[in-house]
Formats: sequence, structure tokens, C-alpha cells
Amino acid sequence: MMGRTDRSGSEPGEGQDMDAADAAFTSLLEDSAEELYEHAPCGYLSTLMDGTVAKINTTLLDWLGLDRSQVVGRMRFTDLLTVGGKLYHETHFAPLLQMKGEVSGIALDIKASAGRRMPVLVTSKVKTSEDGAPLLIRTTVFDARDRRAYEQELLRGRRAAEEARRQSEADRERLQEALAVLQQSLLPAELPAVPGLEAGSYYHTASPDLLGGDFYDLFPLDTGRWAFFLGDVCGKGPQAAAVTSLTRYTLRAAALHDADPVSVLTTLNTVLHERYRSGEGRYCTAIFGVLEPADGHADVRLASGGHPSALIQRADGGADYLPTPGGLLIGVLPEAPFVAARTQLLPGDTLLLYTDGLTEARTGPDRALYGEDALRTFTATRPSAGPQALVTALTGLLASFGDGLDDDTALLALGVPAALPTTTSENPT
Amino acid sequence: MDIGRRNNVTVTGRAGGPVLVLAHGFGCDQNMWRLVAPALAEQYQVVLFDYVGSGRADPSAWDERRYSSLEGYALDVTEICEELDLRDVTFVGHSVSAMVGVLAAAKAPRRISRLVMVAPSPRYIDDDGYRGGFSAEDIDELLESLESNYLGWSAAMAPVIMGNVDRPELGQELTASFCATDPDMARVFARTTFLSDSREDLRTVTVPTLILECRQDVIAPREVGAYVRDVVPGSRLVTLEATGHCPQLSAPQATAGAITDFIAAA
Repeated sequence: MMGRTDRSGSEPGEGQDMDAADAAFTSLLEDSAEELYEHAPCGYLSTLMDGTVAKINTTLLDWLGLDRSQVVGRMRFTDLLTVGGKLYHETHFAPLLQMKGEVSGIALDIKASAGRRMPVLVTSKVKTSEDGAPLLIRTTVFDARDRRAYEQELLRGRRAAEEARRQSEADRERLQEALAVLQQSLLPAELPAVPGLEAGSYYHTASPDLLGGDFYDLFPLDTGRWAFFLGDVCGKGPQAAAVTSLTRYTLRAAALHDADPVSVLTTLNTVLHERYRSGEGRYCTAIFGVLEPADGHADVRLASGGHPSALIQRADGGADYLPTPGGLLIGVLPEAPFVAARTQLLPGDTLLLYTDGLTEARTGPDRALYGEDALRTFTATRPSAGPQALVTALTGLLASFGDGLDDDTALLALGVPAALPTTTSENPT
Repeated sequence: MDIGRRNNVTVTGRAGGPVLVLAHGFGCDQNMWRLVAPALAEQYQVVLFDYVGSGRADPSAWDERRYSSLEGYALDVTEICEELDLRDVTFVGHSVSAMVGVLAAAKAPRRISRLVMVAPSPRYIDDDGYRGGFSAEDIDELLESLESNYLGWSAAMAPVIMGNVDRPELGQELTASFCATDPDMARVFARTTFLSDSREDLRTVTVPTLILECRQDVIAPREVGAYVRDVVPGSRLVTLEATGHCPQLSAPQATAGAITDFIAAA
């Protein structure tokens, strides 16, 4: 009931409440401006332009553990600072203050009582006379112990994060270096020079962090014959690289024993199947072949296990696949049939082996597969200028795919150099 | 490389007049000379610059190894002298730059003919029988200070960048960059400044040298000023009626006057 009466009170009642509040505030705030200055929740300090302390409040004196008589007229502002703070003051704070007339929120440490350091935030402003001459410097000092502790944590956190980042960058660099070395070990450093033949190769790595599974090689079998192969191990990464390594050396060893392409692939099939019988299957596709340069041409015998057919660019224009249909993936089944094919390279002809990174690249606005037809057309419309020229043209093609090329891609091109243009006797002597 | 852009070189003053190169010390940049440069510009051609790692010098030119020794900073000076083909230069170096000047004068004797050392100290850390005023721990404390203030910079500088500048003659760009150095570079410069020992180099000075000290300077106390005078052959020491470490800011007229008198007499 009483409450109700009170609340229904009209304006004069409210006026009385405010008067009462004023009275209460006044009794609390009986302190003068001087009292407010002395016991403010921050330190106040006035110094002459040379830094000599002219006035200081009790709050700050308490923090410093000093008597007014020790400070006023006897000490300079910098005397209140730790040595590091002094250096910072002289090299940063004072120049800034002199140039700008005020400086705010600078973190410094003061020499607090009992030999302790107390982190503070300092703001200073120069008071000038009416004609702009500097008279004195007014400074407020805020207790920043909590804030500084928090900042220390932040700094520690930042340092730890930076250290971790440096470490991980170093690790990543080391890893990439190791991967690059390993990757190089899966490919010939450079193709050997084969008398009467020209060769070109290219390897595109999709990611420096991932070992690719593509491989190729070219090596002599005996005085007149050369073996070559190119293939693609399923998958990526270290496991794929291990298969690639096994595959590469198995092919080389098998070829020395019996260079018949089907026999070589059969040996590889047995080895891979044996090695990876238990657990996750590991297999690959490959073309293996033997080249026999003869008088002005080269005989080629090759066999394919599940690999895209080789393409031949003919000296007289045009390009055709050398079909090897039905060859099985290598390493899947204990026994696998492989398909053999043979052809003859005439001067100016180029045999191209490639992995499906090329034909399965995504192109155009609808991200369609590049495809074997497009590859044949591309090759057919290039001038027949030999293996290296063809590889260069295809390298440009791969680059034009941009991010449409997301797989590793290997190219190996072999050919018989075109006969030198016959020097006709145009200028008979 | 464009040295002028790298070191944010500005050339003012009387074209064809005697050349003054004014070099800032650790902490800020060429704007340290803002209050003395106009007076000096009446008579002299005044060359101002920022060391790489300070002010508005090109940060991409930073090379931690080079700038971990005073030689690296001296190279900045001699490269500027070469680039501008300066001759008969009076090199005015503030604080650590006084020692940089000693090295630069030794490197380019045909270009630098006089040295003015403003509040110099060849060695900040106390040593056997030598009082520089600081201990190695003090310098660590300064590095801490640099670090904790780096956190505050963005907040402290924001209002300035927003354009609340009371003294328009300083310009917003100045206040935004003045003393606001990259903390990593500042740390390297601080270490180089406060941990170097150039006392032996002082003995090699062969050019006329003026030493300017303040009556009261916590960084380069008066006994250090006297030490420098005693060691540098034929040098003159002038004590300015000023306090602090930056007389070019706190007593610009007296500083400019002392430099002018020295060049006239030398």
C-alpha cells in the first residue's frame, strides 16, 4: 500500500527524491578537487619542460614508495623509470612528446617501492602558454600490471606461434627436398643419347608435397637395341613411390634377362602381384618396348598393360594411335595377358608415350576431359619436327590447361631424325 | 637499386651550398631534425634520410645481417654520398649515428670532411674502468619495452592516423610514421646501438670533429662526452644548455648555431 502511494506521487515527490540524492552525493563528495587529485585512481604528475617534477599526487607517491619531499624539485620524470624505461623514454617518448605536444598510452615501468617494477601506461600532454610557448608537461600514470601480464601472455603466445611456424616451414622445406630427391630417383636424370635416334621427355609434378606415380626410362639393352618404358602407378604419395621404384627396377632387370615386351610385363606382373598380394593391392599401367635402329629407320616392338595407346606422329603429316587394346592392369591378377604391337619409325616419325594426366585434364568452360581424339588432332596439326619439338609443344599445351591439369603427367617421345635435306647442287660450280 | 628511395632521402636548402648530412639515431627517423633543418637550410644544402629499418625507408631493403653491425648503417651513409655525389660533407650524427659517422668518414674520406657528434656515446655498457651508464640487463629491459609498446602502437597511432593533429605543420604522415618502426627491425637496431663498442674507432678519426652534449642526458652522460673529446684527436666539445638526449628538439636554435659556428671555424 505504501509503495503504491509513493509511486502515485506526482512531480513534487520526484523533486524531493532528487534533492535527497544530491544531498547524499554531496556528503560523499565532500572532498575537494584537491582530494580528488591526490587520491585519484591513477597517478598524476606535472613536470617542468626539463623533466623536473613540480607536482605529484599521493597515489603515485604510494606506488613509488617515496615522500613528496624526496621527489618534488629533486627528481626528474626519468628518475622514476627503470633503466629500460629511461632508454625508451629518451629514444621514443620524449621526441614524440616534443614533436606532437602529446603522447598517449605508452607502456613504461616505474621503480615501485621495495625494489619492484610496476608496469604502467603513461600519457603526457604539454601545457602551453597563450602564445604557444611550452610551460609544463602533465602526465597521467595508469596501473597496467594486469594488462601487462595479459600482454606478456599474448607475446609468449605469439612467440610460440612464430616459432612453431618457423619450425613447420623448415620441416616442410626438408620434406619437399626429400620428396624431390626421391622423385628424381624414380626418373632418369637425363635421357641417354641413342645413336640414330632422338628422344625427348617431360615430367609435370602436380604437387610438390605429393610424390607422383608416373615413371619412364630409356636405356641400352645391348649394342644395337634400346629399351624404353613409361607407366603410371595407381595412387600417389610414398606408397605409390615405393611401387614405382619396384616397378622401374623390375622392368630394367627383366629387360636385361629377356627383352621381349610381353615377357618383361609378365615378370613385372608376377613381382607386383607377389609383393602386394596381402593387404591393399598395388598395380600399375605401363608400356614397355624395344627399339632397334636400323639403316635410316627404327623397328619398334612394344607391349601394353592397361596403358593408353602410344601415338605416332608421322613425318608426312597426320598422327595415329598404335592400338594395344585389352592389355590388363599390371599386378592385379596372378596371370595377365598383355597385348603386343609393332611398328616402324621412318625418318621424321615420332613415337609418343604419355600418361593419362594429359588426356584426362579438364578443359574449357564445361571442364570436359581433353581426350585422346583432341590429343591426336593436336599432334597431327603440329609440324613433324622431331621428339623434342613435340614434347615442347605438348609442354605448352599442358601449361595452357592451368588448374585443369591436376594430375602428374609424363611424356616420352622417341623418333628417327628426318633425313638431312639433300643439298642439291643449286649453285653448280 | 635506387638509394634515394631506399633511404627516403630528401634534399633541401641552398642548392650548391656546403653539404650537411643529418643522420638520425636509434628510435625515430629523419623528422628528428625537423626543428633544426629550416635554420640550417638557409646556408647549407641539407640532406636528410632514414636508415633502412627506420621511418619510411624501404622495408624490403632490410637485411638483418647487414644491419646487425654499425658498418651496415655506415654503408647506407656512404652509398647515399656516392649516389648524390656529395663532397666536402659535414656529417651530423645523432646518438649512435655519431659512431656511424666515424665509420663512414673512414670509408669515404674523400667525401666526408667534418663530423658533428650530437649526444654521442661510443659504448653504452659499463666496462673495466669505463662508465657508459648501462648494464647488459638494462638493454634487455629496453628490448622488452620495445616489445610491449609494439602492442600499443596500433591503438596509440590510430587517432593520429585518423587526422587529429594539433600541429598541422607536422603533417599526418609524419606523426603516423615518426618513431613507429617495425618492431623486429627496431630490435636489431637497438641491439646494434647499445651493444656495440666504438671506443677504438674514435681514435682513428682524422677529420675536424665537434661534439655536442646536453647538460643533463641520461643516455649519454657528461663523462661520456668528455671521454669522446679526450679520445678523438683535435675535437671540440660544446655543452648545450639543454636536457635530455635530443638537443635538436629541445634546443634547436642552440644546436643549429653550434653547427654553423663549427663549420665556419673549421
